Amino acid sequence: MPSCKYDWPEAGERGLIGKRIDRIDGPAKSSGRAKYTYDIHPAGMLYGRMLTCPYAHAKITSIETSAAEKIAGVKGIQIIQPVGTEIQWAGDEVVGVAATSEAAADDAMRAIKVEYDVLPHLVDEKDLSKVGDRAQPSAAQTAGDAETAFKDPDAVISEGSYGAQVITHCCHETHGNIADWRADGKLKTWSSTQSVSGLPGQIGDGLRLQKVEIQNSDIETECQYMGGGFGSKFSPDRWCIVAAQLSKKTGKPVRIMLERNADLEVAGARPSYFGKVRLAAKKDGTVTGWDSDTWGTGGMGPSGNPPVPYIFEGIPNQIKKHTRVNTNIGPSRAWRAPNHPQAAIMTMCALDDLADKLGMDPIEVLKKNIDYAPEHLRKAYVEELDKAMELAEWKKLWHPRGDKTSGHLKRGLGASIHTWGGRGHNSMCLVTIRPDGSVDVRLGSQDLGTGTRTVIAITLAQTLGLPIDAVKVLIGDSRYPQSGASGGSTTVGGVSASTRRGATDARDQLFAVVAPSLGVEPAQLEAVNGRIQAAGDPSKSLSWKQACAKLGVKNIEANGKNPGQCKLGDSGVGGAQIADVTVDTETGLVKINRMVAVQDCGLIIDIKTAESQVYGALIMGITYSLFEEKVMDDQTGVMLNPNMEFYKLAGIGDIGDLVIHMMTGPGYDDRGVIGLGEPPVISPGASISNAVANAIGVRVPTIPITPEKVLAALAKGGMA
Amino acid sequence: MRGKKDKRRKPPAEKAALTRRDFLRGAGVTVSSGLLVGTQVAKGAPAPAATGVVGPGAVPITLHVNGKTHQLKVEPRVTLLEALRNDLDITGAKKVCDRATCGSCTMLIDRKPVYACTVLAIEAEGHQITTIEGLGSADRLSPVMKAFVENDAQQCGFCTPGFVMACTAFLEKNPNPTLEEVEKGLGGNLCRCGTYAGIRHAVLDAAKAMKGGPHA
Repeated sequence: MPSCKYDWPEAGERGLIGKRIDRIDGPAKSSGRAKYTYDIHPAGMLYGRMLTCPYAHAKITSIETSAAEKIAGVKGIQIIQPVGTEIQWAGDEVVGVAATSEAAADDAMRAIKVEYDVLPHLVDEKDLSKVGDRAQPSAAQTAGDAETAFKDPDAVISEGSYGAQVITHCCHETHGNIADWRADGKLKTWSSTQSVSGLPGQIGDGLRLQKVEIQNSDIETECQYMGGGFGSKFSPDRWCIVAAQLSKKTGKPVRIMLERNADLEVAGARPSYFGKVRLAAKKDGTVTGWDSDTWGTGGMGPSGNPPVPYIFEGIPNQIKKHTRVNTNIGPSRAWRAPNHPQAAIMTMCALDDLADKLGMDPIEVLKKNIDYAPEHLRKAYVEELDKAMELAEWKKLWHPRGDKTSGHLKRGLGASIHTWGGRGHNSMCLVTIRPDGSVDVRLGSQDLGTGTRTVIAITLAQTLGLPIDAVKVLIGDSRYPQSGASGGSTTVGGVSASTRRGATDARDQLFAVVAPSLGVEPAQLEAVNGRIQAAGDPSKSLSWKQACAKLGVKNIEANGKNPGQCKLGDSGVGGAQIADVTVDTETGLVKINRMVAVQDCGLIIDIKTAESQVYGALIMGITYSLFEEKVMDDQTGVMLNPNMEFYKLAGIGDIGDLVIHMMTGPGYDDRGVIGLGEPPVISPGASISNAVANAIGVRVPTIPITPEKVLAALAKGGMA
Repeated sequence: MRGKKDKRRKPPAEKAALTRRDFLRGAGVTVSSGLLVGTQVAKGAPAPAATGVVGPGAVPITLHVNGKTHQLKVEPRVTLLEALRNDLDITGAKKVCDRATCGSCTMLIDRKPVYACTVLAIEAEGHQITTIEGLGSADRLSPVMKAFVENDAQQCGFCTPGFVMACTAFLEKNPNPTLEEVEKGLGGNLCRCGTYAGIRHAVLDAAKAMKGGPHA
C-alpha cells in the first residue's frame, strides 16, 4: 500500500499508468475533425491583416489610411503604432485592418501608405568585432583560480570555437486568434496558445494599455487544439489586442492569423550563441579549468546566457565572459529548452575536442568528469551513456577522429548528455462524478500535441478503476479551474498530480456513500475493474453504475491541486544521446544514419506519447543541427527566408533510424512524474557536431552544419 | 511503435539525402506525392478555367467536394484551399506555408494529390475534389487514419490531415511500398513536431491493413 493516500500505485498495480495507450484525441486529429483556432469561423467573422514595417530600424513619419477605408469590404482600421514610433525590426506591425474577405484585407494593405525615416540597423552578430556599440557585456564570472590551472605545465590545453545560429519556431499553425467582442461587453477569444488560463488576464492588461477598458472577468479564452508552440505562444501578443480592438470597433468577430512570412519574421526566434572555449585538463582527461568568451543575440531583448560549463558545473577553475549583442532581427522567445541546446554545444563540443587532443574516447572523458555533474544525476548519466553506447554499437563503430576508410563517404559517431528540470506546475482541477456514472475532470490546461489530454484521462481512469473511455477530459477553456501554462516541461507533472489528488478525493467521497450498503468501512473499499468492492472480498461489490446511483440526485465534486500533499513528482532529469552520421566529403552533405536517445523522466504515464516526445525532439534536433537558420540580409536588414521553401525543416527521408530507450524501473519510477518535452531536444546539436568531427577529422564550428560549412572546414584542414 | 528499433529499415545506404528538395512544382498545380515526379502537370489535374477572362470580381462557380455539389461566388484569385476553408467551412486541410512546400493542404483532385494552396478555386470546377472529410471520420476512421492513431503518427496534428491525404494517394499507387519508397513518396509533406517515426510505421501498417486498396 502506498504510504500517502495520493501516492502513485506501486509497480505491478499501476494498471493503465505506463501502458502503451493511443492518444485520446488521435481520431479527431487524424480525421481532420479537430478544430484549431485557425479553423474557427463564427458567423459574420471579419478577416484581419496587419501592415508591417519593411525596414529593420526606422521611425514612422506618416500614415495615410483614407484610400484603404474606401475599399469595398473594409470594415475597420486600427493604427497599431502611431507616427513618431521607432521601429526596431522589419515586420513590426503598424496598421491593422478588418475586412469581409482576405482579398479585401490584402487590397487594404496595399492601399495604406506609411512613410519612414530609415535608421541604421545591425542584423549580423556573427563577427563580434563588427558590431560596434551594439555589444553589451552582460556577465563575467570566475570561480577558483583559472589562471593557475591554465599555466600548469602539466596541463593539456584544448581550444575551440563553437556556435549556434538564430532559429525560429516555425509552428505549423501560425500565431493568431479570433476575438469576438460581444454586444454584452464580454470578449471571447479563440487563441492558439500555450497558456489558456493565463491569457484573459494578459489580454486585459494589453487592452488597458491601449486605453480600452475591460475587466479580466469579462474575458474568456478557448483553445481546444493548437498547431504547435514550442515556447513561442505564451502571450496574447499584439495581434490579439488588435483583433479585439477591431472587433470592438466593428461589432464583428475578427480573425488575425499571421501569414507564414510574418510568423517567421516576428513571432519568435531562439537566441544565437557563439564563442571560444579553452579547457585545461590532466592527461587522464580530468578537466581542471574552463575559460569561455561567448556572445549572442536575442534581438533588442535579452540574449539569454546559456549555463556553461553545461552539466559539468563543478569544474573547479572557471572564467566566463558573455556579451549580448543588440540587433534588429526581431524579438526572441523561449524555444524548447531555452539556453540548453546552445550550452550543450559550447560544452560537449569543447570536451569532444579535448578528448581528441588527449587521444581518448570522448565518452570516457564525459565519464571521467562526471563528478562535476550535479550529484543526483551522476549515476543516471553513467547508466544512460552505457545504454546509449550499447544501442549505438559505439565500441564497434566509434574510431579516433577522422574516418580512415577510403572513398568520399566518411562515417562518424558523437555523444552528448543533457539535463532539464521539469517539475510539475501549479494546477487546479475539478473532478465530477454523477449519479448516472459519468465522470469528468475540468482544468484550464491545454494539449499542444504532447498528449496532455491523454495523461489526464489515464490518471483519472486509473484512480477511479475505470476504463479510459469511461472518463471525459475537459480542457482548453479559461472558465475551468486555473492550470499552468505549458512550458518548461511542467505540464505533465502538474496536471497528473492535480488530477490524481482530485480523483482520489472524489473516489473517497463515493466510498463513503456506498460503504454502508456493502456493510464495510469506507477505508476497506477499492475501485478496480469498473467496480467498487471490499478489498480482498469481491463478494461485497457494486458495479460503478450501481455505486454512483447511490448518490441520488447529488453529484460528487472534488478539487485537485498541485502542489499538494504526497510526493507525486520531482525535478531534474538526465539523458544521453549518440549521433551516427555519414558525411560526403565531395558534396559536404551530412546524412543521419542513426540517432540514439536514452532518457529518464521519472514515472511515465503513457509510454506511447512519451516516446513520441523523444522521437519528435530528435527530429527537431536534426532539423536545427543541419537545416534551420533565420538568415538575415545585412544590406536591407530583412529576413531572407521567411517561407518554408528556404527556412528548411527536415523531411521524412532526412532523419535516419531513431532508436530510443526510456529509463524506467526502480530508481526512476519512484521519483514520480517529471516533464519530458524539453530534455531530448538539447543534445542533438552537440552530438551531431561531434559525429561530423569524428567522421571528417575536423570541427565544423557552428550549426547548422550545411554542405558549405563542411566543405569550408575540410578545406581548412580536414581529410578531403 | 512496436519495437524500439526499426528493423524494417535497411542499413545506411549511400544515397543522396534531401529527396524533398527535388520536388517538382508545376505551374498552377503542384503534385504533392513523389510518385508523380516527372509529369509536369498531373494527368487529370484541373485544366485552366474555361475560355475567356473572368474577374476580377467574384464569379459563381460550382465545386464537387466529397460527393456533394456546392455553389459559391469567389474572386478568381481565391485559392481552392481558401474557398473550402472560408466559404464552405471544410477545414481539415490546413493553410501552413501557403506556397506549395509543406503539404498540409493536400487534397485529391480526381484522386491525384495536389497542394490546394496553389490551385485556384476556379481551376477546380468540373473536377472531383476529395478532402480528408471525404475519407472517413473520427467514428469511422479510414485505414490510414487508424494507422496514424495506432502508431501515434501525430502530435499537434496540424500537418496530419495533409499527411493522411498524401499517404492515401501514395498507397493507392504503391500498395506494397518499401520504407525507402515511403520516404520518397511522402517527401512533399513536412511536420514540425517530428512525427515521421510514427508516420513511417503508420504507412507500412496501413498498407498491410488495406491490401485491396485504400477504398476497400
